[in-house]
Amino acid sequence: MTSRSLPRPVVQQSASEATAGGAAAGHHAHQPRGLLRWVLTTNHKEIGTLYLLFALLMFFIGGTMALVVRAELFQPGMTFILPEFFNQMTTMHGLIMVFGAIMPAFVGLANWMVPVQIGAPDMALPRLNNFSFWLLPVSFTILLSTLFMEGGGPNFGWTFYAPLSTTYAPPSTSFFILAMHLAGISSILGAINIIATILNLRTPNMRLMDMPLFVWTWLITAFLLIAVMPVLAGVITMMLLDINFGTSFFDAAGGGDPVLFQHLFWFFGHPEVYIMILPAFGIVSAIVPTFARKRLFGYASMVYATASIAILSFVVWAHHMFTVGLPLTAQLFFMYSTMLIAVPTGVKVFNWIATLFRGSISFELPMLFSLAFIVQFTIGGLSGVMLAIAPADFQYHDTYFVVAHFHYVLVPGAVFAILAAAYYWLPKWSGVYPNVKLGLTHFWLSVIGVNLTFFPMHFSGLAGMPRRIPDYALQFADFNLLSSIGGFLFGISQLLFVAVVILCIRGKGEKAPAQAWEGAEGLEWTLPSPAPLHTFDTPPEFVPERDSPSRH
Amino acid sequence: MSSSSYYVPATSKWPIIAVLVMGMLAVGAGLMMTQGSGLILLVGGLVGVAWVMYGWFRDVTLESMGGLYDAQMDRSFRQGMAWFIFSEVMFFAAFFGALFYIRVFTLPWLDGEGAKGITALLWPDFVASWPLMNTPDPAVGGPDAIINPWTLPLINTLLLVTSSITLTFSHHALKAQQRLRARNWLILTLVLGGIFLVIQGIEYVHAWTELGLTLQAGIYGATFFLLTGFHGLHVTIGAVILLVLLIRLIKGHFTPEQHFAFEAGAWYWHFVDVVWIGLFLFVYVF
Repeated sequence: MTSRSLPRPVVQQSASEATAGGAAAGHHAHQPRGLLRWVLTTNHKEIGTLYLLFALLMFFIGGTMALVVRAELFQPGMTFILPEFFNQMTTMHGLIMVFGAIMPAFVGLANWMVPVQIGAPDMALPRLNNFSFWLLPVSFTILLSTLFMEGGGPNFGWTFYAPLSTTYAPPSTSFFILAMHLAGISSILGAINIIATILNLRTPNMRLMDMPLFVWTWLITAFLLIAVMPVLAGVITMMLLDINFGTSFFDAAGGGDPVLFQHLFWFFGHPEVYIMILPAFGIVSAIVPTFARKRLFGYASMVYATASIAILSFVVWAHHMFTVGLPLTAQLFFMYSTMLIAVPTGVKVFNWIATLFRGSISFELPMLFSLAFIVQFTIGGLSGVMLAIAPADFQYHDTYFVVAHFHYVLVPGAVFAILAAAYYWLPKWSGVYPNVKLGLTHFWLSVIGVNLTFFPMHFSGLAGMPRRIPDYALQFADFNLLSSIGGFLFGISQLLFVAVVILCIRGKGEKAPAQAWEGAEGLEWTLPSPAPLHTFDTPPEFVPERDSPSRH
Repeated sequence: MSSSSYYVPATSKWPIIAVLVMGMLAVGAGLMMTQGSGLILLVGGLVGVAWVMYGWFRDVTLESMGGLYDAQMDRSFRQGMAWFIFSEVMFFAAFFGALFYIRVFTLPWLDGEGAKGITALLWPDFVASWPLMNTPDPAVGGPDAIINPWTLPLINTLLLVTSSITLTFSHHALKAQQRLRARNWLILTLVLGGIFLVIQGIEYVHAWTELGLTLQAGIYGATFFLLTGFHGLHVTIGAVILLVLLIRLIKGHFTPEQHFAFEAGAWYWHFVDVVWIGLFLFVYVF
């Protein structure tokens, strides 16, 4: 194999054609080279790589914005930037991290891993796949360009509540809406592709209950995406009409209702937060068994728990709106339905721990990130239960306690799972193991940084510090100082991850065999490392009694 | 192509062109709304989208007729189309949800009834009603009159329901290898859809110019045009699909066994029909 480690078509293609009898040779022989190759590619591995690199870039852009926020909050007083710009930074940070970093990172992982985990040659609709990816750079170029427009970019928070985002919004809001439309189309089409792939391209004999959990969680995530992204499209369309065409959807003067905006937004927004965590569950469910050298405890209950979380996610949305003035019955309903989610989520955490129980555990990099995920995500889950209590939420609402909660599930949660996945599958992608020394440094600095950033926010929030403000009362100074130091530590230590990735791409490091991890199971480990550009031109053999993660 | 090996489509230039024209469309629309310029980009984007759809679907058609696709590819297309229609269902669900929320909660509350009736403090003189002729703040202004559902909308309902039936006749004829009959039923479907759109246009002009029923006429005008407008757009798209199917039918592209494009177009048309029934009931009648 070549020393270059991202899948290189020229060398490896000949290898795969030699072994697979050249079934795909006719289609791929005259593939374009250079930049055009990436622009035109319909290969799921190349598109997966593009998604992941795009997400990494957005992670740093959104992260830089977070550091601007943390710099301003380092000490009380207006010290560093203007309040208007502060608002744009918090808003853009949220939008970019949610829609530009975490979602594309998971879609990239799905692109890379779902076909090879189910023994498929590619995604079901490869050209649509290319379209889905390339919409994202266009969308986010438009979104970022709003920062340079007259009146500045979006400044109303990532939840863009009307009328802040309509009556009182900067003129660039129309561009923000159109950018979100493009990103939404990308998500919907990507999700359709993933569902069609999973339902249709599994290797013969692989039943649904034989699929790796990462595939299961993505199947359910894709369903959520198709169900709620159109609702987001609908609500931003109504915003666009209110702004530009004089309608009254979110204006009570004409008989509309700003609270209607919040209902529609959170009907999308709550499933959206599970879209950003279910694939993480799948990743951890792959990694923990590998390094505990046991099969996953309670495979079927994991599947049912994931499905339960997804179904419940449609009936909990108004817990984001307890203080907006909901009828009492609505508050009670949404309080209890939200608490119900703790049950299937608890099932998952217990299953991971039961998998570890009496396992032969070793602490390689992916395992470290996964174990940290379990602990830290549970912290975020527990503060979620606190927030679900409607009367208590009146105290927590719009404070830093909420900021601490959702950052705990998203950064030490989802981001850690994405990093775990990268460390786990980089040997398969690049052919070399990630550098252990750099990886360990990255891990420990990240754990310290992330907890130093977000744990004090629980306290500043409980003490009453409101979110989305550039200045604060003196008694919050110490906690904010800690959070800012932690934020910069976490942000800068992510550069170590970039170094790890670059080393892998350049093939520097210990060469990985096909079975890169001793205890790993699944079809992806039957492929050489790095995986050739085209794999499974013919369906691989799958014997449920021998290969299924749910076998007895 | 042996049956044991997978078919993977070749690369294509259409997706990236599609991305570029979509970006052009978005930037053009944004410029038009914020600065009043950018018409060239907007029109160019629209033309570009039409061109891409022509080119992309043409390639797929040629590949399909060249026998490149296998049963698995066919299933992928079917599932893709089914899930796409589900996403459209959810898009309309958001608008219907908004309509019901306004009617069931917002307006009674603004009138002082129900759990959040305290909002009546905003405009004490406001009286809730549906259709909402008098808005809470008179400065916004409601419509002077609304469309009588038992005139043009009823005719449109009959037209669209009939068109779903004629389309099914066409499908059955196609499966029975009676291409001429299939063609005639499809032409009739298209005519019915076309008349629907013309009537909808007449109704819009009537509403806008004579009834004071505009996008700006309070929440009634907003929901009316949002729901009927997006539905009309979907009928237009569906009619274009049926037109393409008609041309392909005449050219003999479809066999009684293999005509997924026809079925996908039919699914879409039936979906648009079902949405209309919801519209007729909850926007016009009740």
